[in-house]
Amino acid sequence: MKLEALAAGLALSVLALGCASSKDQVLAAGSQVQLRSYQTRAFDTTDKKATLRSVIATLQDLGFVMDKADETLGTVSATKMSGYLIRMTVTVRPRGTTQMLVRANAQYQNEAIESPEPYQDFFVALQKAMFLTAQQVD
Amino acid sequence: MRPSPHRGAVRAIGAAILAATASACATLPVDAFRLSPDTLEKRHLQTRRFDGGTETDLLAASAGVLQDLGFTIEESASTLGLISASKTRSAVETGQVVGAILLGILGVTPVWDKDQKIRVCLVSWTSRENPSVHFVRVTIQRLVWDQKGGLTKAEAIEDPEIYQLFFARLSESVFLEAQKI
Repeated sequence: MKLEALAAGLALSVLALGCASSKDQVLAAGSQVQLRSYQTRAFDTTDKKATLRSVIATLQDLGFVMDKADETLGTVSATKMSGYLIRMTVTVRPRGTTQMLVRANAQYQNEAIESPEPYQDFFVALQKAMFLTAQQVD
Repeated sequence: MRPSPHRGAVRAIGAAILAATASACATLPVDAFRLSPDTLEKRHLQTRRFDGGTETDLLAASAGVLQDLGFTIEESASTLGLISASKTRSAVETGQVVGAILLGILGVTPVWDKDQKIRVCLVSWTSRENPSVHFVRVTIQRLVWDQKGGLTKAEAIEDPEIYQLFFARLSESVFLEAQKI
């Protein structure tokens, strides 16, 4: 009986290890500067609408369905269902007078995607649709 | 041999650790953001070309087809050529229910698909070379829940026939719009 109580306690504490507090969940922890650099690229164009259309076309190619899009704010949100769920928001805004800045952030199941590779893959696909090179931003 | 009284506890610990590991470390498939070798094939299946008219006319006709098919428009951004729509329908398939009941007789808790939400994303654009040539691409997904409310499927619908039938309806609708009948 004692062992079973111990098991239950241990099970709860192991599960608790995976759960951050709600404060941590709302205000994402970790290095935001590094994450932002993974998630952002600049393109040599000033055409916001064409950039947004390329983002939408790329997301469709990658199997996403658009949930929301707003040209004024330059945002597109989309969901991919492929046996798993990915939600993603891409924003487009001017950078200086010659470039557009594209930033993407995504979550897989209930976790933010914070590794650089998925974003690299996304920008490789996007630059093909834009016929422009995705430039790393410092 | 009599089973050890500790076995249940050991199993519970093992199961808890496995569950915690699985929930914390569900890894993103490496190809989730990569164009696949069949990207081009899918693009062809999901895209049609329409000559004449304006992109806005085409988008309006598309909204009409979605309404004909019982979809509710959830998002539209006409300047970006986008319409997203969805409908919730039954997902019950007789074979699956019969199978579930048979499993129930054998003591397994029966589960079957009950409801589904079908989501459609329709995107239009105009040819760079010829402003009177427009394209529409449609992608469809569905979410399926069992009778207990648990999510059982989240998948893309890729049956070519569904896309062919959808575009047949759209061609008809574009023709009707163009003719103003």
